[in-house]
Amino acid sequence: MTTRAALLVLADGRFPAGGHAHSGGAEPAVKAGRIRDARDLEEFCLGRLHTTGLTSAALAAAAAQGLDPLALDEAADARTPSPALRNAARRLGRQLMRAARATWPSPELAALAEARPRGAHQPVVLGLTARSAGLEPADAAHCVVYETVSGPATAVVRLLSLDPFEASAVLARLAPALDRVAGQAAEAARHGIDALPAASAPLLDISAEAHAAWPVRLFAS
Amino acid sequence: MSVTATARITAVADGRGSTALPVLESEGPLALRRTRSPDPAYTRVTVVGAMSAPLGGDRLAVEVLAGDGARLTVDSAAATVALPGAGPDAVPASYDVRLRVGEGAELHWLPEQIVSAYGSELDLTTRADLAATARLVLREEQVLGRHGERTGRLSTRLTVRRAGRPLLDQQLAYGPGAPGGWDGAAVLGGHRAVGQLLVVDPAFEDALPPPRLLGPCAALTPLAGPAVLVTALAADARLLRAVLDEALEGLLKETTALQEA
Repeated sequence: MTTRAALLVLADGRFPAGGHAHSGGAEPAVKAGRIRDARDLEEFCLGRLHTTGLTSAALAAAAAQGLDPLALDEAADARTPSPALRNAARRLGRQLMRAARATWPSPELAALAEARPRGAHQPVVLGLTARSAGLEPADAAHCVVYETVSGPATAVVRLLSLDPFEASAVLARLAPALDRVAGQAAEAARHGIDALPAASAPLLDISAEAHAAWPVRLFAS
Repeated sequence: MSVTATARITAVADGRGSTALPVLESEGPLALRRTRSPDPAYTRVTVVGAMSAPLGGDRLAVEVLAGDGARLTVDSAAATVALPGAGPDAVPASYDVRLRVGEGAELHWLPEQIVSAYGSELDLTTRADLAATARLVLREEQVLGRHGERTGRLSTRLTVRRAGRPLLDQQLAYGPGAPGGWDGAAVLGGHRAVGQLLVVDPAFEDALPPPRLLGPCAALTPLAGPAVLVTALAADARLLRAVLDEALEGLLKETTALQEA
């Protein structure tokens, strides 16, 4: 049975899971002058992909594979020192859970929703959603790595008035790296929770706290 | 010729309010000395001989056990400079730090910086296992290149478990051969000194401080357990230490006040 279309539904930016409200740290990076053009955006995305992207993709792949979602949620907390980012991940997880239960209902999703009424970490929910949709762990990892870079790219188009064609070209250039990282994440998930990567990005953690304290911002995170 | 060496420290409460050191084992370049502690409640050990290591291929390890009720500070006399190994077939060096802290025990792990010299490759892993009532103060600083020098490859992993549950897990990777984007706007943004300061204290259970910024590139963040992590970036080692020292002083005052309350 082919599941390719289900993957497109889940990965579609129009899937009602609230991701469009988040810049993945791009908004504070633009404000600090660290992202000024397409080249900076590409370096930002590459760094994000190899840190929080890999870590989140492995959590999602592990959930899709059937590892204990509550233990994965705890592992996600330990990998997210920034409370602003923990809050954002749980808020996104709650929104995704609503969409997922309407789209691919399953007892496992219902159980996680009941155990974490304020939301589990989004990658864990995404992995479980992929599982409910009959997708593979590698599919869940692909979904996560893609949104790791597509979110900032879309945000930077708005924040810098970057040419959307240039932003898409950045994403296309990153495609081989996305495939590689998704593969690493799915492979790591096969070795149990303790073997999951914990790659982290100091600037994303620090600037997330600064951003959360801004009185006015365009994006939630 | 590469070196494999493990240094071991075991600290135990002696029942009279002090901490004894039944095990203090130096090996190879890792020489341990009992040194005078500014606070008599703590026993202090200084790692004095790590300056010439690690070279490529070296496998160094430090194991510290602070038994129930012990109070121990471990620091080092100088920065640890990771240097390239000899020859074209040099393999990465490894440095493994294993910390165990028992019930009611307190460990301050405050080594000097790890400096990644150009051409070196070092994998540093630090694993701390804490009992539920253990206290830990841990500082790690990574400096990318000696003065004016490009960096080597440095990767670190810091894993902290408390009462068997994960509390903090962080991996960092920089330099030639590290995954792309490490110096970009998401990770380092051109900074050459990176530090973490972790304070775990059961007194934070009901009184975690709120997150706050400590300057343009440093933040204090409460973790999902009774612990606070300071993450800081700076242009160099001296500026980084100034931020972490100030944060440490503030946090120690805070935990002392909570313990007395």
